[in-house]
Amino acid sequence: MFLIYCPHCGEHREEEEFHNHGQAHIARPLDPDSCTDEEWGNYMFFRKNPKGLHHELWVHAAGCRKFFNVTRHTATYEIKEVYKIGEQPKVVE
Amino acid sequence: MSQKNRLQSGGRIDRSKPLTFTYNGKQFEGFAGDTLASALLANGVDIIGRSFKYSRPRGIVAAGAEEPNAIMQLGATEATQVPNVRATQQELFSGLVSGSTNGWPNVEMDLMGLVGKIGGKMMPPGFYYKTFMYPQSMWETYEKVIRQAAGLGRSPKEYDPDIYDKMNQHCDVMVVGAGPAGLMAALAAARGGARVIIADEQNEFGGSLLSSKETVDGKAGSAWVASVTKELEANENVLVLPRSTVNGYHDHNFLTIHQRMTEHLADRAPNGQVRARYHRVRAKWVVLATGAHERPLVFANNDVPGVMVANAVSTYINRYGVVPGNELVLMTTNDNAYHTALDWHDAGRKVQAIVDTRKNPTGPLVDAARERGITVMAGSAVIDVQGSKRVSGVSVASISEDGSKVTSSAKKLSADTVASSGGWSPVVHLSCHTGSRPVWDDSAIGFVPGKTVQQQLTAGAINGHYTTADALSEGLQAGQDALEKLGLAKAEVALPESAQVSESKAMALYHIPHTKPTSQAPKQFVDYQNDVTAAGIELACREGFESIEHVKRYTAMGFGTDQGKLGNINGMAIAASALKQTIPDTGTTIFRPNYTPITFGAIVGRDCKELFDPERYSAMHKWHLEHGAKFEDVGQWKRPWYFPKAGESMQEALNRECLATRESVGILDASTLGKIDIQGKDAREFLGRVYSNAWAKLPVGKCRYGLMLKEDGMVFDDGVTSCLGENHFLMTTTTGGAAGVLTWLELYHQTEWPELEVYFTSVTDHWATMTISGPNSRKLLEELTDADVSKESFGFMDWKPMTVAGVPARVFRISFTGELSFEINVQANYGLHVWEKLFEHGAKYDLTPYGTETMHILRAEKGFIIAGQDTDGSVHPYDLGMGWAVSMNKPFSFIGKRGMKREDCVRADRKQLVGLKTVDPNIVLPEGAQGVFDPTAPIPMPMVGHVTSSYWSANLGRSIAMGFVKGGLEKMGEKVYYPLVDGRVVEAEICSPIFLDPKGERQNV
Amino acid sequence: MSDVKNETATVSVMNQLPDASIVGQSPLFHADLATVAKKGPNTGGVSFKEEALLGHITLRMNADNAEQMSVVEKVLGVALPTQPLTSVSQGDVVVRWISPDEWLITVPGLQAFDIETAFQQNMSGHYQVVNVSGGQTLVTLSGKHAKDVIKKSSPIDLHPSEFPVGKVVTSVFAKSSAVIRRSGEETFELVIRRSFSDYLWLWIQDASREYGLVVEA
Repeated sequence: MFLIYCPHCGEHREEEEFHNHGQAHIARPLDPDSCTDEEWGNYMFFRKNPKGLHHELWVHAAGCRKFFNVTRHTATYEIKEVYKIGEQPKVVE
Repeated sequence: MSQKNRLQSGGRIDRSKPLTFTYNGKQFEGFAGDTLASALLANGVDIIGRSFKYSRPRGIVAAGAEEPNAIMQLGATEATQVPNVRATQQELFSGLVSGSTNGWPNVEMDLMGLVGKIGGKMMPPGFYYKTFMYPQSMWETYEKVIRQAAGLGRSPKEYDPDIYDKMNQHCDVMVVGAGPAGLMAALAAARGGARVIIADEQNEFGGSLLSSKETVDGKAGSAWVASVTKELEANENVLVLPRSTVNGYHDHNFLTIHQRMTEHLADRAPNGQVRARYHRVRAKWVVLATGAHERPLVFANNDVPGVMVANAVSTYINRYGVVPGNELVLMTTNDNAYHTALDWHDAGRKVQAIVDTRKNPTGPLVDAARERGITVMAGSAVIDVQGSKRVSGVSVASISEDGSKVTSSAKKLSADTVASSGGWSPVVHLSCHTGSRPVWDDSAIGFVPGKTVQQQLTAGAINGHYTTADALSEGLQAGQDALEKLGLAKAEVALPESAQVSESKAMALYHIPHTKPTSQAPKQFVDYQNDVTAAGIELACREGFESIEHVKRYTAMGFGTDQGKLGNINGMAIAASALKQTIPDTGTTIFRPNYTPITFGAIVGRDCKELFDPERYSAMHKWHLEHGAKFEDVGQWKRPWYFPKAGESMQEALNRECLATRESVGILDASTLGKIDIQGKDAREFLGRVYSNAWAKLPVGKCRYGLMLKEDGMVFDDGVTSCLGENHFLMTTTTGGAAGVLTWLELYHQTEWPELEVYFTSVTDHWATMTISGPNSRKLLEELTDADVSKESFGFMDWKPMTVAGVPARVFRISFTGELSFEINVQANYGLHVWEKLFEHGAKYDLTPYGTETMHILRAEKGFIIAGQDTDGSVHPYDLGMGWAVSMNKPFSFIGKRGMKREDCVRADRKQLVGLKTVDPNIVLPEGAQGVFDPTAPIPMPMVGHVTSSYWSANLGRSIAMGFVKGGLEKMGEKVYYPLVDGRVVEAEICSPIFLDPKGERQNV
Repeated sequence: MSDVKNETATVSVMNQLPDASIVGQSPLFHADLATVAKKGPNTGGVSFKEEALLGHITLRMNADNAEQMSVVEKVLGVALPTQPLTSVSQGDVVVRWISPDEWLITVPGLQAFDIETAFQQNMSGHYQVVNVSGGQTLVTLSGKHAKDVIKKSSPIDLHPSEFPVGKVVTSVFAKSSAVIRRSGEETFELVIRRSFSDYLWLWIQDASREYGLVVEA
């Protein structure tokens, strides 16, 4: 059970209020129709599975319903930072 | 039977409160303050179970959570049965009914013991793997016999009458364990102003201080404990939890506590009280003051009843006033255990000898023993034990200085009790739960907590510092450290004084040698609960297991309900020795939650029976109940399924409902559909991006059906969205998809297109929605509204605001049945009023309520899909024959467009949704049936798609179905066959899924 | 029946209330709280009351838009709380922060349409006002053990140092959710969804049992 800081509510809340939406920073191609199958396939299906730092998209589902990003260590489960949509992570490997 | 082992005085029991209890059908007496174990020992009960594999008689060996043998079945009635209770942790109450778990037919005369005797060499580790593997088909038979023989306790066959609940807690400092270290930590943290929770698994706080005669601050340990506890209880920022086991330590300092609230009072919780409470704690800092378990030594026949852990013997004497025997032999590797011999002697019973494995023990405790005239046999060990149902004597021999060999012939001593101590094992379990690996500490001769990412502090014996003085000072330090980490000032707390008895160096010894090699010596038990022996571990190593994790799994060491609390370190030491490496090189296994077994009731809490899952009701639910509706679960909603009249079968009710709707008028409660209010100047653009069809030109006052796709092009929801104002839309979703669709919209708005000015608000619960459908629906509506609802001024796919039955409403002329339909939406507070008015006026039209099943049939007659039934996340609009709902020319590449162009999505032989007419019109195909083109093909036949929807249509007088067929849209009129499990093969013709009114005239009347 | 349909109106606003002769049924009407209250008991550790048929309005807008902020103050008589997890109240009007761009306004039931209309007439730019009065209800839990009932239901920390009077959170409540506002030292307001209200009523009765539940009508 994680304790997650919601950058919109400005306080820590229990994991049960949140949902994980997988890897963060997967931008939708601006012109999908001109994507090759490989480019589209990468966007659709390919995700990182690191042991270590991972940037994830979460939503405060039972709270403010806002999406935000989390940098989390996948082995220790430490949350290194949270940051809003549109921002870039400060903690990187 | 008298309490022959009970002392006349002493202990923390109340001799004025005798309690009677039952064990294995016999009545015994104990006192308030006893545990079941102390009461059994007081009564001289030696055998409390049979061992798991060899069925050897076993007795109580410990006094706390680490007890491996005394695992009891409790319960006076069938409904109150509780398995897996450690007698050492169960407080005695009047009327307690207990029984041993192992032993068949009973513990005294055990048939399986015979197997154990002949099976000595026949049951090596891996015995079950090796023996019962073949033939595989026999496993179920083997398993039954093994289970009966193993006696793993049993769950009740009736509902538990008691209730359990959960509570969320938050604190600055969670202190685990209320011995001297934990109490000091809590005291400091509390005085410093922190919010504190302190929990201990025992009925009273005090930990080790309750088991010894030590003093703190010049008074009895228990008196000091009482004064600290009183101060903590009086502090409103401190939650004091006795009888509360901290069972799990999870990520980010989340801990779970199992608080037993009434299990010490009676078989059933009195007066409907909560039997156990599960606390879910989020702590800023955690202080682990969990202490240590004494480690027994491993020697031949060390499982004969009467062989105990030294400190447990002291606990029984000092805390419960019970001396569990008459003649004691103590074997020790350290000074500390001498206390046990002193306690035994001072209780007036005979100490035959202290057998010290060290060559030259010295120090005040050794002197104290000698002063009492107790024989100290140095450089010696108990290498064997005599007796079967109780110890009758021991063999003592000299051993080499490193403890590896016997160096003299054995001398026999008479004894009925053997206490052993190999030192202490810090209770590192909780620190392991979060993934931290313990590290070996040579000076502590044990594993201590390793590096952790948690906000965790430790104090006392868990650090391998075993004296009370260390516990007090480290506890104080941990409390002060926690305050500092929290940014609070140091607390004013004086360190209490405690006598520091000097002890000489302990010997690191685990496995006592025998004159024979381990493999030929009598069994030397490491793990009592799983019957793992030293020979077994050595054999595992010889067979090639090198990783301690593998040795553990192969031998089953530590896999019992005690998690190997007593035996694991000994087992690792034996494996290390067999592998000729050090213990730190060999490593240790770690522990998972729960620390001790917990009842399912506590895990479930109140989430059971009618509270198991929310039942969501519409505003008209009461009416449905009063009119005999049968309900269907749709997500968490209870939706009327059908409304049977007296004596009607389900099919009869459905036939009636279907015919009434097509012939006159029916009514459906459609309130559960998801509804999302969408506003903003870019709302229209947004809709165009998330739906597959076009929205740019939908005028105010009009409604449109839309398909929603995922990026892969597959349909995931559908519904009608209406234009309420130029920048204002009302979207409807499927009942089950409501929450998911709103999240989906927010996801794209917040992460991809934040520049679009649009807001979404759920109004699912706000509007009560009722659909009247059928040729008489307009006449009925006209009676309740002044608005013009004629065909001319209120066309198909229009919506209008109007007053219905006096209530302002939005009415939508949309249809899911293919009939003339009006979907009336009013604020839910007035839903029941309008619903009832419709029935008042609808009687003359035989207004017929129908539920989800008739809705399904009516829409299937029209070939309308249900997202989630006729789609499964693998079909795109063209697979559904719904290319008309895709606008490939929209300027923005809508969600799903690119996905649909993938190679796999444009194959000609994709499974496509078609209508299916059985050749025999009376056969209703089972939904899910798999079709084949050639029913004579050899098995496995190539499957070409499954039936998704199938019903009896009363309107058509025949069965109808929809389903997927490979390339089906090009196979109209061809046959497909459905081989069923009962052997029948049903032949069906591929057809259009629109079975009724293909031109759609009925909805336009 | 007055649909705002002037030339500039781009949204549809409707007075959703019938005349007073038609009595509304609040989400908890199934529970027949009036009868339950009459039966007693009159004392206990937790009191429960439904504030039925209030006007509930969801407001979505950009708090950085000063012009919109001033319209809010004009319409409601009180400034919008922009500090996360706070609320303001003025007479019968309570405004709860829900999200950086969302607020929940509760008013007496008859005022909802007037407020909706006032927003539509006075506010320009991008915003959303939605009447959600039928979809939820407000209940209060008060008394010495009100916080214990919430502790059994929600993972929120209710200690006064973390949850002072006036604070608002939206969180998990049992297996549903609630907007929880502390309106007094021992009083909490819960806004719960209509379709979950029967379940939550069952849950609250159960969780209150050990403390004694007083129902106020």
